[in-house]
Amino acid sequence: MAGHFEATPGGGAAVALDEVEISILRSLAVQLLELIGPGETPADGEDPLAALFAEGPSKPPSDPALARLFPDAYGGPDGAAPEAKSEEELRALSAEFRRFTEIDLRSRKREDALAVVRTLDALSPAGDGAAVLTLTADECRSWLGSLNDLRLTIGTRLDVSDEGEGEEGSLYRLPDSDPRKPMVMAYLWLGALQETLVETLMQ
Amino acid sequence: MGQVSVATPVEIERPDSAEETFAVPEPDVPWVTLVHNDPVNLMSYVTYVFQAYFGYSKDKAHKLMLDVHQKGRAVVSSGSREEMERDVQAMHGYGLWATLTQDRN
Repeated sequence: MAGHFEATPGGGAAVALDEVEISILRSLAVQLLELIGPGETPADGEDPLAALFAEGPSKPPSDPALARLFPDAYGGPDGAAPEAKSEEELRALSAEFRRFTEIDLRSRKREDALAVVRTLDALSPAGDGAAVLTLTADECRSWLGSLNDLRLTIGTRLDVSDEGEGEEGSLYRLPDSDPRKPMVMAYLWLGALQETLVETLMQ
Repeated sequence: MGQVSVATPVEIERPDSAEETFAVPEPDVPWVTLVHNDPVNLMSYVTYVFQAYFGYSKDKAHKLMLDVHQKGRAVVSSGSREEMERDVQAMHGYGLWATLTQDRN
């Protein structure tokens, strides 16, 4: 079971993690939470109901990783849209969509990452620091979402640009001295974790 | 979900018939949700999302995933604009790169 998820009775999944793996996963989930940012909580004296009607941002995030987590809803890659709309119209439509959806999307991603931190903190490691992480079906879905968000974030940072890099691409043959090497190792490891977690959910 | 209001203020005079033909979107042109290829999302995960969210069969989900992967994008659902905005938001929730557009093909 080391390094990959296996299905458990009742729709859950389990994976054995060593001390270093637990620490890396927790650290990455916390970094993801910092990237996504805090939720909208009303300040002292403000009407809590106002938060229900709060509008999200209208512009895409300037951070490329956040822009990938919260993409425009209208437009897309060149030539993808058969609609006869100008760039300006598409930007306006995307802005309106963003105002009404991004707060919800951010809170969902935040809750997924929080579930990752919570389940890791609930582990009771053995003397060597290793533990078996056992997830319920709901926790599996949170983990799956967060593993994907982490891979999208790290993939954007590493500039994983096309699938040709998959097996024989240069990113995966970096010398040990390359500063990107640890991040690439983490990216591949998260991919293996996600792949095996998807497999347990498809059974 | 905020939508463009189509209410017409009652006090405005009706335009001459010659001017009535502009800028009215055809209501029966369906909207579609497109999912775009990206280098990060796992093929198995994309297939899982199509099954879990849309309730598609494994075969249909797998075929759509291959279309995304090989053709760069695929139409994964169609319907009203409101429905497609909901689907696009859900796809973004899963981390898939999705957009909606009016299908003129």
